[in-house]
Amino acid sequence: MSRSKSLAVKYLAAAVLLFGVMTLAGLASAVYYINPDFLFGFVPFNVAKILHIDTMIIWLLMGFMGAVYWFLPEEFGCEPAGIWAAEILFWVFVAAVLAVAAIFVFVQWGPGTETTLWLFQQGRKYVEAPRWAAIGVALVMLVFAWNVVGTALKARRITGVMAVMSVNMVPLVLLYLIAFPKIDNMAVDLYWWWWLVHLWVEATWEILIGCIMALAMMKLLGTSRRIVEGWLYVEVALVLGTGILGLGHHYFWIGTPDYWLGIGGFFSALEPLPLLGMVVHAVYDAGVHRMKTSNQPAFYWTLAEAFGNFLGGGVFGFMITLPQLNLFAHGTQWTVSHGHFAFWGAYACGVLSVCYIALQEQRRLVTVNGSGWVWAFVLLNGGLIGMVGSLLVAGMAQAFFERAIGGSTLEAFIAGQENPWFMLGMYSRFGFGLMFAAGYLTLAWNLSALGRRQVAAVPQPMPAE
Amino acid sequence: MPFDDPAFWRAGAISTTVVMSIVLAMLTIDSLEAIAPGGSHVPPYTVINRHIDYAHNAKLGRDMPTIGQDEPLFGRAVEAPEAAALIERGKLVIQSRACIDCHTFMGNGAYYGPDLTKAWLDPAWEAWAAITGAESREEAMVRFLMAPDQYATWQRRMPNLGISRDEAVATVAYLKWLASIDTNGFPIHFGRIKVSE
Ligand code: HEC
Ligand code: HEM
Ligand code: HEM
Ligand SMILES: [Fe+2]
Repeated sequence: MSRSKSLAVKYLAAAVLLFGVMTLAGLASAVYYINPDFLFGFVPFNVAKILHIDTMIIWLLMGFMGAVYWFLPEEFGCEPAGIWAAEILFWVFVAAVLAVAAIFVFVQWGPGTETTLWLFQQGRKYVEAPRWAAIGVALVMLVFAWNVVGTALKARRITGVMAVMSVNMVPLVLLYLIAFPKIDNMAVDLYWWWWLVHLWVEATWEILIGCIMALAMMKLLGTSRRIVEGWLYVEVALVLGTGILGLGHHYFWIGTPDYWLGIGGFFSALEPLPLLGMVVHAVYDAGVHRMKTSNQPAFYWTLAEAFGNFLGGGVFGFMITLPQLNLFAHGTQWTVSHGHFAFWGAYACGVLSVCYIALQEQRRLVTVNGSGWVWAFVLLNGGLIGMVGSLLVAGMAQAFFERAIGGSTLEAFIAGQENPWFMLGMYSRFGFGLMFAAGYLTLAWNLSALGRRQVAAVPQPMPAE
Repeated sequence: MPFDDPAFWRAGAISTTVVMSIVLAMLTIDSLEAIAPGGSHVPPYTVINRHIDYAHNAKLGRDMPTIGQDEPLFGRAVEAPEAAALIERGKLVIQSRACIDCHTFMGNGAYYGPDLTKAWLDPAWEAWAAITGAESREEAMVRFLMAPDQYATWQRRMPNLGISRDEAVATVAYLKWLASIDTNGFPIHFGRIKVSE
């Protein structure tokens, strides 16, 4: 296997491990809603939740990088430029993630000084990591971008998919720089913070996963490159044509002028279109090729990605994106419902698909089958959809009782949180969370055991010498 | 036929992206002007010297902050540089304790604690003033922030985050300023409709 592919396997393995940490931290955060005394005084809610969402960002990024390092040598026919740097940075990255996790859990906070932001944490959602670690992440991404773009220059040829991916590296890295400044004015702070959060997940990440899924489809179904690339350009046009100004759906209530209500509402309402297009594309290709593939799990996770992206991002996002409704749904468990469905569907499922693609080749399996992956698939997706449904019930109750009727004071907040519908949602979210966690364990076991048993059954004879 | 030629769609993707980015850049310039302190939507930091309230504006059909008479924090008016220093410190306290991973600010953050956009105006401070033995709203807030676990109102408590008195004062100034931002009517009906048990 090439050096790039070995590195890819390392990244994917690290991603799957972190996915486990994320699930555990998610469960801990969820317990707090049922029993607020849980770990109170040891690990407060915000620490558990930071661990949950930051490991989410990191495992998905690692998964993307794994996927790209996997496909790079195939697309360019050579080892990536600067692969040695990427190999070193992998271990630096892992060490930094462990150090930051330890700081979050054991240090938790510092005095209100710049030193705290440099050493312990920055207290901005999703990018809480202290500045020293953020510099590390920026460095890892810079080298990642160099590996992609540099290889294209070295190979002196480029495929359409790789061209899109290379150009997309620029905003991917630039937007991350928003993780650094401390901005006193909360309105300005949130203005830029949303460039990072929205323009990452609804623009650059969406394009990156589009490229990865295009490569996966060609591999799994043998779809022609010309068709895949045509679709990719349409997708880019639609994602960016709607998503760049769709950013406005986060500018309704942060102090920004009210023209954002119209602009953000209109463009974001169109954002589901490209996601629907991807579903059509995936279903059409699956039909044309009669779903014939030697890698069933990868194929099903690809389909889950297409549907999850559309339903979680497109449909559940659309529900709350018009300002007339967002006024009530804003900042409630309804948002959490959408956030889980969208991140899971759009990104997690895609990364898992690539894990199975990589495993098939790495373990030299003619076909990937068995029932283990089916169990993992059903438990994870079932658990997630159950959580999303529970959060939707809780979120609607909260929007109604806290925001619409109560007027969002502390008293109204408490009334919303103690509402029976809300509490029902919190209990059933936890129940489905356990189902999801069982799915994770099955997945981890399946990924590590896959194909190994056949090998063990036919022991290689020792060389005679 | 251009439609089955990928190059046609590539040109479409590039031009759409360029146009949208230019529009976003222009809107950003305008918005940043509106949300700078003293801009059309965000009062200068010295607004912490004034009375701040939130009322329904019948003409615009939405709730808006109102700025009234002098009402300095702790009865002592501050000049612009001192106000800016308080805001800077307050923001550092907020970031250093990751308040936003329990609370929302203008609806952004986490949902374990109440939204803090209008926390300054929360009727709950009257009860908290009685419980903490404070003479004023700002003093009640300071005492709460320094020992929130001691003054808990329900089972879900806010933990003690080791906030010093100076830090608490700066945070209260920050929350007062925050309440003066024109947020296009979010949160709607704040504090004007009572919830009965
Ligand atoms: C671990 C979660 C958590 C963290 C971190 C946290 N809070 Fe809280 N906060 C809460 C909870 C829960 C309540 C409700 C407490 C109660 O009713 O007794 C609350 C209540 C409040 C209130 C009263 C709100 C009102 O409208 O009456 C204010 C103000 C507040 N917090 C400010 C802050 C600030 C400032 C920070 C950061 C320095 C912070 N909180 C960090 C959980 C948290
Ligand atoms: C796959 C892509 C998407 C992902 C991963 C995603 C994820 C998220 C997340 C995590 C949040 C919460 C952010 C926070 O405050 O921390 C959020 C908010 C939001 N999303 Fe999405 N989203 C996606 C696509 C969409 C689409 C297509 C729409 C609209 C059609 C949309 C509409 C919204 C809205 C309106 C909010 C704000 C909710 C609020 O006011 O509290 N999202 N999204
Ligand atoms: C066992 C499974 C999981 C549980 C129990 C869980 C629980 C939670 C909880 C309690 C929160 C805090 C919400 C709040 O502030 O009130 C949260 C936030 C979040 N989780 Fe999970 N989670 C799980 C899995 C996942 C997965 C698989 C993903 C994505 C791939 C994910 C993505 C997120 C995101 C993006 C947020 C922030 C959402 C927002 O603030 O709107 N979680 N989760
Ligand atoms: Fe968005």
